[in-house]
Amino acid sequence: MTAPQPTAQPPAATRGLVDEFRLGLDAPICLTWELTYACNLSCVHCLSSSGRRDPRELTTEECFAVVDELERLQVFYVNLGGGEPMMRADFFEIVEYAVDHHVGVKFSTNGTYIDAEAARRLAGMDYLDVQISLDGADASVNDAVRGEGSYDAAIQAMEHLKAADFGPFKISLVVTRHNVDQLDEYKALADHYGAQLRVTRLRPSGRGADSWDELHPTQAQQRQLYYWLLDRPDVLTGDSFFHLSALGDALPGLNLCGAGRVVCLIDPVGDVYACPFVIHDEFLAGNVRDAGGFTGVWRTSDLFTALREPESEGACTSCGAYDACQGGCMASKFFVGLELTDPDPECVLGNAEPLLAAVAAAGGPAPRPMQDHSRPGVPLPSPVTLKPTRRRG
Amino acid sequence: MTVPVDGVVALDPQVALRPERFGALAYHFGNRKLSFLKHPDLVAVLEAADGTRTVAELFAAAGITEARRPSFLAALETLERSEMVRITVPGTTQQATTQKDGAAA
Repeated sequence: MTAPQPTAQPPAATRGLVDEFRLGLDAPICLTWELTYACNLSCVHCLSSSGRRDPRELTTEECFAVVDELERLQVFYVNLGGGEPMMRADFFEIVEYAVDHHVGVKFSTNGTYIDAEAARRLAGMDYLDVQISLDGADASVNDAVRGEGSYDAAIQAMEHLKAADFGPFKISLVVTRHNVDQLDEYKALADHYGAQLRVTRLRPSGRGADSWDELHPTQAQQRQLYYWLLDRPDVLTGDSFFHLSALGDALPGLNLCGAGRVVCLIDPVGDVYACPFVIHDEFLAGNVRDAGGFTGVWRTSDLFTALREPESEGACTSCGAYDACQGGCMASKFFVGLELTDPDPECVLGNAEPLLAAVAAAGGPAPRPMQDHSRPGVPLPSPVTLKPTRRRG
Repeated sequence: MTVPVDGVVALDPQVALRPERFGALAYHFGNRKLSFLKHPDLVAVLEAADGTRTVAELFAAAGITEARRPSFLAALETLERSEMVRITVPGTTQQATTQKDGAAA
């Protein structure tokens, strides 16, 4: 999700923007498109449980057809990801096709495949943003989550982009219990490369379901993060921390869940989900190969129609902060076993804690992610044994 | 600065407008900024902003009365700051700047 410019404007002719967005737009503002489930890494928090390519993945021609639809819908840009999108042999073909058809591309990569030549090729393209994932300011913290050697690979990609004069690329960090104290160092790293900093929220999605308890920030860390972000409005967040707005002033950007209303996910096999963090049948709206294509799924699927209905505030009804946090993240609730009308599991006011305790006491398993493309036999990095050398808050 | 009513308004060629129930989305492919245009009359102004007409002329054509001018002027000022539009008073020159990446990502 993008951080919109808060344009001072004439009073709206009809209802407020947030209400408009809740009702859903005729086309997404932007969407995430995971190009492949193949990945050379096995990050412990991978929201799509990626590793192995799926034989049903969209062909090059099918990808072009999706771009054609997005152009007709005037979806201004897509966030390409994976898996590792650069593992697709036709990666550059798809990117070039999108950019040529007025669909801007922002893509997330672990950087492994950005060598000197790829960096030059990327630097030569307009309407293309690159986002390098790096989940710690040093190798020990990053590699514990993303795997041995992944820090060095990302740094090397950044060196290549810098040498190719790409301009201000982005480096992107998923905030965890272990890297939240490194944000200043991380910012310094971004500044060193002339890069723009982006930090986003960890979700208990994909393999993240299994590492959530170990990795998600503590309440004290959430407060620390909130004030850090408030002081740095230029840091991008994908508008993912709106649940923190319950602490006081709203963070910049759209403070609401846009799932199925203003954003969605197209996965590598063409399945359309409400957002990138809910790869589960419960949130599957359709497939781009369906008769009506992506447009049909977006405009008429039962799921998206339901998500655009006025929702019950549920357990949050009596909370004065509801207008600020909007009840938080749907995906986070779902994968820890809460109801969608319950408070966010990371509710900064602690309102989810009795409910989480009840879920734990009942011993009922939370819904499991339904797609698993993890590579068999590949040991995951182990954050449990992490011994950070950094000062802890 | 305030927007001069005799300034000529041009929508940046890299900006695309997408019609919406509430008005339109404006996206700048150069600096990646996204703006929500929350009033159909503002959209009408931008659609007609082809670099040949002044603020006053555009407002008149969109039926924006004197009383409604301040809020629309403020909106134009914000849009100029994010480089969505260029507003030039005839006889002066103005250097437009662009950046590879904006605050909106």
